Amino acid sequence: MNIMSEAAVEKALDQKMNTVPYKMIGKDVSVYYGEKRALFDVNLNIRENTVTALIGPSGCGKSTFLRTLNRMNDTIENCRVTGKITLDTDDIYDPTIDVVELRARVGMVFQKPNPFPKSIYDNVSYGPRIHGLARTKADFDEIVETSLQKAGLWNEVKDRLQEPGTGLSGGQQQRLCIARAVAVSPEVILMDEPCSALDPIATAKVEELIHELRTNFTIVIVTHSMQQAARVSQRTAMFHLGNLVEENDTDKMFTNPDDQRTQDYIMGRFG
Amino acid sequence: MTDIASSTVRISARPETAKRDIGIKRRYAAERRFRFYGMAAISTGLFFLALLLWTVISNGYTAFQQTTITLPIEFTEKVVDPKGERATDGKVLLTANYPLLVRDALVKQLGLDASKRPQVKQATDMISASSRTLLRDLVVADPSIIGKTVPVTLLAEANIDSAFKGQIDLKVDESKRKVKDQQVTWMNQLAEAGVLKKSFNTGIFTFGASSRPEAAGVGVAALGSFYMMLIVLVLSLPIGVAASIYLEEFAPKNRLTDLIEVNINNLAAVPSIVYGLLGLAVFINFAGMPRSAAVVGGFVLTLMTLPTIIIATRAALKAVPPSIRAAALGLGASKMQTIFHHVLPLAMPGILTGTIIGLAHALGETAPLLLIGMVAFVVDYPGSPMEPSTALPVQIYMWANEAERAFVERTSGAIIILLIFLVVMNLGAILLRRRFERRW
Repeated sequence: MNIMSEAAVEKALDQKMNTVPYKMIGKDVSVYYGEKRALFDVNLNIRENTVTALIGPSGCGKSTFLRTLNRMNDTIENCRVTGKITLDTDDIYDPTIDVVELRARVGMVFQKPNPFPKSIYDNVSYGPRIHGLARTKADFDEIVETSLQKAGLWNEVKDRLQEPGTGLSGGQQQRLCIARAVAVSPEVILMDEPCSALDPIATAKVEELIHELRTNFTIVIVTHSMQQAARVSQRTAMFHLGNLVEENDTDKMFTNPDDQRTQDYIMGRFG
Repeated sequence: MTDIASSTVRISARPETAKRDIGIKRRYAAERRFRFYGMAAISTGLFFLALLLWTVISNGYTAFQQTTITLPIEFTEKVVDPKGERATDGKVLLTANYPLLVRDALVKQLGLDASKRPQVKQATDMISASSRTLLRDLVVADPSIIGKTVPVTLLAEANIDSAFKGQIDLKVDESKRKVKDQQVTWMNQLAEAGVLKKSFNTGIFTFGASSRPEAAGVGVAALGSFYMMLIVLVLSLPIGVAASIYLEEFAPKNRLTDLIEVNINNLAAVPSIVYGLLGLAVFINFAGMPRSAAVVGGFVLTLMTLPTIIIATRAALKAVPPSIRAAALGLGASKMQTIFHHVLPLAMPGILTGTIIGLAHALGETAPLLLIGMVAFVVDYPGSPMEPSTALPVQIYMWANEAERAFVERTSGAIIILLIFLVVMNLGAILLRRRFERRW
């Protein structure tokens, strides 16, 4: 894993976004569901240690694009992806790339909190266990603790790690899912509307968490909330009808977008 | 301010003309009617269930009682081993004239004249002919009782049993019934002496087939059923679950898998006797497996149960929320890990319920067993599934064909035993379901 020192991250963030290296590069990405085409030659690059927000009206293909990044579309019948997506230098749709290994490097958090119906401990330790990241009980304990700390959940659950994860509140469940994703030490974390099922307080906590996670992970987040995109992201990409309309620094995007459609969407004129 | 406000509030009067008929009354009437239909349907069902249970139990509860006669049997050496050869020739003890011992004891008990043959014959007829094996087993098990007098509890003959339970109308002319007046007199005499009495019938649980009702039981048939259930469970659970997982999770969706799916659903509806014919043709005629053996019965019932288990398992797998699969796949679990770590455990209650319901169905199945020769008169416990055996429902079927009063009550008694097995299995299914659901 490629962790930059904190000082380096701060420095990088202080600089203009354009100088941050690309973590993932999507070139001419098209997705077909059977005969229906859902994405049209999208060229979108994800910068390292950056939060990239994907916005756009419903059905615009932003979730579809997100799911191409860890090949979750593979699980959908009749789904076909063309174009090229690279993670660092690896083409993730190359036949030699194992999807299991890819998903260990590109984790995912879903719209609805979906903890396993197991204990909190087992939820977090499941990923490391199947990938053989730890051997002894002490190693697992450590991974569970650090992951829960990174997800800001440790203090709330440290005394009840053996209780079922499904017994937590919605916001806690979503942070547990984030901890579960973090435990595998991925390089990129994909988030598909992670706050849409949460109340404003839980949302604020998750947003704060996303902010902190940026130092260690590259994050791509799909959101319907313009304010959320503005709050958590450094880069924003706007999708419309399967096309990438504009991709820009978030500040610029929300103040002076290049494209009229972006302007209209942000102002709430359609969508 | 508030006064003014309240005084200025005006409620619009409902215009008479605007009163629409939106059919409220009709809707409620329809609902009431529907509720009545539902309740009528349920009451009808409950009524017939109650009728069934009442018929079976009122006919069958007496099968769990048996009239016994306890006599002090004198194991005289003169009768058991007249030539004193038992040390050298073991056959002597097996072939001895045990009924003579019973006769002597009974004659003594009733104070009869042993020389009056017809009278003595009538008296000994009151005791089951199964006494011979009972006494023989006692002596063979412990030859030291020869020469001693031991009280032995013997079974009363079926007609005496029925008469003592009050099931035979004694007002009917003596020549038209099997129990003679003299026997009734002795019966009452013995009952007063405390020698003849009703006790719990353990025999119905342990004995095998017999032409004498008092010595007939479902023990052997139950063991045959047990063997078959074991075979069905061991074969159909893994095969059914493996087939369902493959079809549900791995198989491509194409015409072939559609065809397989349609066929599985159809197979579940195929009459069970067709499976019996299949078993006869394939397992017995083609593969040359033994006739009337539990192993063949088990195979046939496995084939019959598989569609039920596959359908239940697929439904249980389908019911697992997709979000759990997505979560596991998103973490980098392989398809196999996703299924075995997350999907299967969550589907387990449904799978187990389906399996037990399938097993219960198989336990009560008779028709296919008739064709593979399990309608057999089996006296001894089968030592293995390869030996001839019969099954509980088949035993019921055979007893139902018998005319004697004592078999009528035993038929109902065996039905009660079978129903208890089924209820226990279904309870097990419910408990397993609860247990697993709580754990998850």
